[in-house]
Amino acid sequence: MELILLPVISAALFAIFGKKLNQWVAFALSAIPLIFLISLVNSHTNPGWTTIWDTTWLSVNFRFTLGYDGFTGLMLFLTNILVPVILLAGVRNDENKTKITALALLMQGALNGVFMAKDGLMFYIFWELALIPIYFITLSMKHKDAFKITLRFFIYTFVGSLAMLASLMYIVLNKTNLSFAYQDMLNATYSLNEAILIGGGFLIAFLVKIPIIPFHSWQADTYTESPSAGSMLLSGIMLKMGLYGLMRWFMPLFPESLDFYRPWIMAFAVAGIIYGAIIALRQNDMKRMIAFSSLSHVALITAGIISGNKTGFSGASLQMFVHGVNAVGLFLMVEIIESKLGTRNLDQLGGLAKTNRLFTISFVIIALGAAAVPFTNGFPGEFLLLKSVFEVKPVLAVLSGLTIILCAAYMLRMLQFSLFGEGKVEIGNLAIHQSLALFIVIAMVIAIGFFPQFILDFVNEDLEQVFSSIELKGALA
Amino acid sequence: MVTILIFLPFIGFLINGLLGKFLPKSIVGIIGTGTVLGSFILAFMCFNQLSSLTEGSIATDLYTFLQVGGLHIKFAFTFDKLSGMMALIITGIGTLIHLYSMGYMHDDEGYYKFFAYLNLFVFNMLVLVLGSNFIMLFFGWEGVGLCSYLLIGFWYKNVNFGKAARKAFVMNRIGDLGLLLGLFLIYQNFHSFDYKEVFAQIGLGQVSAFTLNSIGLLLFVGAMGKSAQIPLYTWLPDAMAGPTPVSALIHAATMVTAGIYLVVRSQVIFDQAEIAREVIMWVGLATSLFAAFIGLKQNDIKKVLAYSTVSQLGLMFVALGCGAYTAAMFHLTTHAFFKALLFLGSGSVIHGMHHEQDIRQMGGLKSKMPITYFTFLIGTLAISGFPLLSGFFSKDEILIHAFEHNKIVWGLSLFSAMITGIYMFRMFFLTFHGEYRNHHHAFEKVHESPITMTLPLMILAVLSVFGGLLNLPHFIAGHSISGALAHYLAPIYSFPEKEVELNATIEWILMGAAVAVFLIAFLYTRTKYLTKKSVPESDDQQEGLGKVLSNKFYVDEIYDAIFVKPIEKMGDFVDKWIDGFILKGFVDGFGKISQNASGLLSKIQNGNVEFYLIYMAVAVSILLAFNLF
Repeated sequence: MELILLPVISAALFAIFGKKLNQWVAFALSAIPLIFLISLVNSHTNPGWTTIWDTTWLSVNFRFTLGYDGFTGLMLFLTNILVPVILLAGVRNDENKTKITALALLMQGALNGVFMAKDGLMFYIFWELALIPIYFITLSMKHKDAFKITLRFFIYTFVGSLAMLASLMYIVLNKTNLSFAYQDMLNATYSLNEAILIGGGFLIAFLVKIPIIPFHSWQADTYTESPSAGSMLLSGIMLKMGLYGLMRWFMPLFPESLDFYRPWIMAFAVAGIIYGAIIALRQNDMKRMIAFSSLSHVALITAGIISGNKTGFSGASLQMFVHGVNAVGLFLMVEIIESKLGTRNLDQLGGLAKTNRLFTISFVIIALGAAAVPFTNGFPGEFLLLKSVFEVKPVLAVLSGLTIILCAAYMLRMLQFSLFGEGKVEIGNLAIHQSLALFIVIAMVIAIGFFPQFILDFVNEDLEQVFSSIELKGALA
Repeated sequence: MVTILIFLPFIGFLINGLLGKFLPKSIVGIIGTGTVLGSFILAFMCFNQLSSLTEGSIATDLYTFLQVGGLHIKFAFTFDKLSGMMALIITGIGTLIHLYSMGYMHDDEGYYKFFAYLNLFVFNMLVLVLGSNFIMLFFGWEGVGLCSYLLIGFWYKNVNFGKAARKAFVMNRIGDLGLLLGLFLIYQNFHSFDYKEVFAQIGLGQVSAFTLNSIGLLLFVGAMGKSAQIPLYTWLPDAMAGPTPVSALIHAATMVTAGIYLVVRSQVIFDQAEIAREVIMWVGLATSLFAAFIGLKQNDIKKVLAYSTVSQLGLMFVALGCGAYTAAMFHLTTHAFFKALLFLGSGSVIHGMHHEQDIRQMGGLKSKMPITYFTFLIGTLAISGFPLLSGFFSKDEILIHAFEHNKIVWGLSLFSAMITGIYMFRMFFLTFHGEYRNHHHAFEKVHESPITMTLPLMILAVLSVFGGLLNLPHFIAGHSISGALAHYLAPIYSFPEKEVELNATIEWILMGAAVAVFLIAFLYTRTKYLTKKSVPESDDQQEGLGKVLSNKFYVDEIYDAIFVKPIEKMGDFVDKWIDGFILKGFVDGFGKISQNASGLLSKIQNGNVEFYLIYMAVAVSILLAFNLF
């Protein structure tokens, strides 16, 4: 509960006293929930999604229920580590700074809610709440098509959440006797057609958020033109809502529909891996390149999830965390470049390596992490995901595996044209808060690269539970 | 001890990488060289222990790297006869090359960075060979690729070098994908990545030939990338952009032999995968010939050596294809000696000539650089197959196996050996003999290299001379000293190696043929470049076959046209039309309609957000309402 309330209070603080507070205060405030999170971890002893908060409101069927297990915990760590990093160095020092900081804190609370909600209605409400701050953040972009871009983002999300709403309504009216509780929704039985239709409602909302082609066309422009903090929040954390939703809600609730949806999702995910990668190869705008690289990476995560084996589930949750770290790291590098040099276009950069060593090393390490080089965090997850796809269909693993070639090509291309070559521009020194933020990111890239099992131990037992609820319903046998 | 042996260079990397900037150059160099030397000493101690151990290997488990369900990957190392031999080569030659670099890189501003990268490379290479499962191998495999990338692009200000570095990495990753798929296939069939478990299961002989051939071919795709075989070889010549010690260590002696190691390590797979072996043999042979031909027309001293490396690696694959694993390892070892020697020698020339690499600009360096000259001569003789030097024996062994396997393969390999002799002596004569062909005052400045550089040359020269003793043929030496390497490696093979069953007379004749080929090459080049003093024409005067050769058969251009360009075009097309026009257009059009239709939206700029808030309120109220009534 503190995990939801504290960020909201911090957000209020910033909304009121924002002008007097700086990034260090934001960093400290947004990191406080970690303390409560650690005590949650310690109290979690038996595998399974334990209820940690349960009250009723309005009537007996409206419950405010929160759950915790390792999987939720991992997402909470992701959120509550990355938001502080973003607030520390990702928000540009301009007239929108206070506003964006407050909105990001609000989002932190809502995201924590999404990952803990053990009740359909709460999940829905937090899902929507998390979206509202990001609209305001993206709207503050300085682009002539700002309105158009946000509108596109809006339409996609709106259609998705409308579909999810309709499904929820159908379930509570017909299946669970007006209960929104996760367990009741899980225990309900759905006919094949019901599962396809109702499940489809959830599915659409999740696929749009991830996004999987062809539901992705809101993504690139939104990531590119938003203030960097918005891009980081979206790619680093928010899109994990969709992946989390797939694993926690869609697959356990409607496994009957998997036979129907799986080939399609698989096909689009694998196509998306290549689709994103070849577009990323051709971008000169660094943010746009990262946006498409992200499209490609999350498509692989989706493919792993939908493979429906334990390798895929474990690999996916590991990679969700890792992708968050790397995406925030990459956008952070671009933010530093852009705020110092006024451009993020590869044509206008080059030779940055000459002037700042720390910056160069950080950038190289993060890019290598994204390219899944061994001893960085990207490798173990990508390995497990590709392996899980291989278990289902080797030929799809061949296609998905093209990412290790293409990703290397576009990441190294980005490094080449920004860092290497003759210097056209100089980056200067980094401020302390920027160095600290980079240090946190790099420490995670390397630590997870050597010891991925630490994270897997954290989630594996609980994922087995999630997994068994899918198996119990007879799917994935 | 094995752990320390592996991590010592890593510690060197950390110290030099983090603190190197603040340390004096001499300390940086000593740390860099010392850690590798330390590893070498430890490797030697482990090596000595081996013979007294009954299980024949020293195994170390560090920790569990990944565990999901039944999948269990350990971070573990095994020092056995094969990995031990590789470790000795890596750290031994590594030490010499580090020492050499102290002189060669002395004036470079990135001195500490260079040693940090080199140490990181040695670490990864040790992980590759000493790892006790396929995943550890893959770790090192990609890790050395990364170091290779960093070192090729070491002089990062040069855009072309950067391009060469990227090309090397991406091309290697094509191979890596094949290797990775091979590993998945292994796991699918044997439910483990551990060498011991996998090989034990295959050793039972119950596995279908189809499976083994598939695995073998996929692993070979990986080897093609790392060991620069057709079609994935074009990165290696470009990799010469890196500093010369890098070319010697990574692109001649160690990293590029990883593919050979992989095949020998997986002998149990390849020995039963006859189709895969046949493919390996022909690819190796084609690469060997193809690269040798190109080598004939190269004028950059390092490029000649690069193509020669590709060609020699091809020859090792021919050996593997014939099932002659020891012969391949033998040639790998002697090649590590003489090719490292030649590269370091060429580095000494480049150093002495103040960064001139074109052999057409050289000549007569013999008098100016006596040590370099003499050691380079030994290297040249060794690679060309001068009788009794190391390369003579190792190449001869491959040729004998080839002859037994397939006479055509033998003939073509022999031909490739002759071309090797020709391009090597061509380079040698043009560089060291005759008249100096550049400005006269430049000649004055040419100097012999310092002792840190010449000492490694001399040690490697000794090794290049006597390396043949490792595995003398039966028909020359008595049984007590012949075939030492074969005897040493025998325990690591799951199936005993086939013995050559030719009679001694034929073997003598084959050896005679090899000597004859060497003489032809030597006399031909001697007449052409020493007596007639001919000098290769400049690039634009080339025509006919010469032009094709000096342009490397236009392979780069062809790859560019059929792979790179189309992918780029496709990226542009998808970006502009599918992503930009169709998908965005659809939603934007939809947006326009709703925007016009709804007065609420079109009036207010922030309409969608407000609408969304209202929508949310309504939606939640509806959900609540169900329950209240």
